[in-house]
Amino acid sequence: MTLRGSRFWALMSLFLIALPFALPSDYYLGIATHALVLAILALSLDILIGQGGMTSLGHAVYLGLPAYAAAWTMQNANWPPELAIPFAIAMGTAVSALFAVLSLRARGLGFLMITLALGQVMWGAAYRWVGLTGGDNGIRIPVRPPVLGIDISSVRSFYVVVALALMVALVCIWHLERSPFGACLRGTKDQPKRMNMLGHDVWSIRFLAFVFAGFWGSIAGVLYVFDYLYVSPSSLSLPQSAEALLMVVLGGAGTLTGPVVGAIIITVIKTVVSSYVDRWYSLLGLTFIIVVSVMPRGLVPGLKAWFAPKEGGAR
Amino acid sequence: MQFWIIQTLNSLAMGGLLFLLSAGFSLIFGLMRIPNLAHGGLFMLGAYVGAMCMQWGVPFWLAAIAAGLAVGALGTVLEGGLLRRMAGNEQGQVLITLGISFIIADLCLLTWGGDPVPLDAPRMLRPPVFLAGFAFPGYRLAVLAFALIVALGLWLLLERTRLGAMIRAGVDDRLMARSVGIRVSRLFSAVFFLGAFLAGLGGVIGGPILSAYPGLDTDMLPLALVVVILGGVGSLPGALVGSFLVGIIYNFGTALFPDFAYVILFLPMVVMLVVKPSGLFGRVTR
Repeated sequence: MTLRGSRFWALMSLFLIALPFALPSDYYLGIATHALVLAILALSLDILIGQGGMTSLGHAVYLGLPAYAAAWTMQNANWPPELAIPFAIAMGTAVSALFAVLSLRARGLGFLMITLALGQVMWGAAYRWVGLTGGDNGIRIPVRPPVLGIDISSVRSFYVVVALALMVALVCIWHLERSPFGACLRGTKDQPKRMNMLGHDVWSIRFLAFVFAGFWGSIAGVLYVFDYLYVSPSSLSLPQSAEALLMVVLGGAGTLTGPVVGAIIITVIKTVVSSYVDRWYSLLGLTFIIVVSVMPRGLVPGLKAWFAPKEGGAR
Repeated sequence: MQFWIIQTLNSLAMGGLLFLLSAGFSLIFGLMRIPNLAHGGLFMLGAYVGAMCMQWGVPFWLAAIAAGLAVGALGTVLEGGLLRRMAGNEQGQVLITLGISFIIADLCLLTWGGDPVPLDAPRMLRPPVFLAGFAFPGYRLAVLAFALIVALGLWLLLERTRLGAMIRAGVDDRLMARSVGIRVSRLFSAVFFLGAFLAGLGGVIGGPILSAYPGLDTDMLPLALVVVILGGVGSLPGALVGSFLVGIIYNFGTALFPDFAYVILFLPMVVMLVVKPSGLFGRVTR
């Protein structure tokens, strides 16, 4: 187990270090950066889905809201990034706590429906409250500001920031999964009644998981706005939430590698397809249908089962 | 005074439209246990198909029924072809309806373009109605009346017919309904057809008020979600009361605080979730 664990970390670090050297130009490294930012979002969503069994269709809130908060405070209030970033993360996390209280009134598909409705409310606010958000035009940041005196304006330097953030996210989420809290969370997914009987407070466990997911989603949101230097209502929209969910489901919920692989595949497909035809939504819908009906467990667990040594007996 | 009367009537007409949309949504959710996330897309598709029929010269009401039947048939095909194969995997089914909604939205954009397509109200209903010295837009009164007639029809179907009794049994306890010999999977098809039919019909009926435009689906779906959260899953009276509540809140919200229309919707939803998560008329605790 530990050997396999260390192999995962070695492969992941090697992959992230090799990527800037393997890719032919800054254009491709920029796409890789987009993919890794969304990988952090997908990992945060997988805390809810893979560990907690709570399928959220409103996770784009924690991408878009902190992105708006950071962009607005830096552009319209002239806050330094050192102040805007913690503020944006705190705001995203606080909203996740509020939305957790509301969504956790229901379970299963009721939860999904409430998270979707809350997400649409935030989208509607971003779209219609033009005075604050700039409406459909969004908020643009002219140049990527230096943070703590470090210049991150080039594609390469920003890639390093995102890759480091992804590693930290992976380590934190890995620790969460192995902690007693992670075990409790998986317990509430599989056997909420028994967990309750054993004296665990199921609601609090779910609440903490939701806020933790909101926190890491907010970090992805801040990286998102520093990456694109632009935020618009589409970052809060239902298709954005659905994309994040598809990344998790495609890669494989409940694994560390799955959401990262899913984020990379979806970003590559999206970039390639958008450069030829403008039919991304049809393809997104089709991918959903195919993934759900053909490999409901996702790529990573599916491939693992394929390559795993046959442990006697039929699977 | 005129403002309040007109806005109230607009709210009630909007409530009627929402009822056409969410009655089917609520019944499907109640029976099949899945929120059909393609329901907004079916509503939009209905509006577009109706507009297309009317461009060919088909009269309004006929176009509405044709659009309803076309969308209903599509719904039945989707249920039988995609959702049934995933029976038991409710989360997978929801994700499939989400995928379908994206495809419908994209194909509508491809077929009918990005500009709104207007739908004309039938000529008979266009002139305003004068009552007690006030002018009422005739078409909105007609929408309200039509929605109430549909509500009555649905109520009779559910409460007074054998099919309705089977649907109610399926909503209350699917396993028990199966074990007394009701073919619940056939009910799924029937309810999905009915829900999609009403959504497509509602799209055309709403056309003269809303017109058909890209994004109509994602504008309507959250309203249907809020209706069901307020009224309770699988309950017809819930869908009716919820629709009028949402219609009033949304319409007055848009008129008085245009920036916050969506956020104002969120308040009754929050109150309901805190006070009674199963909704006003919900029996199914989720």
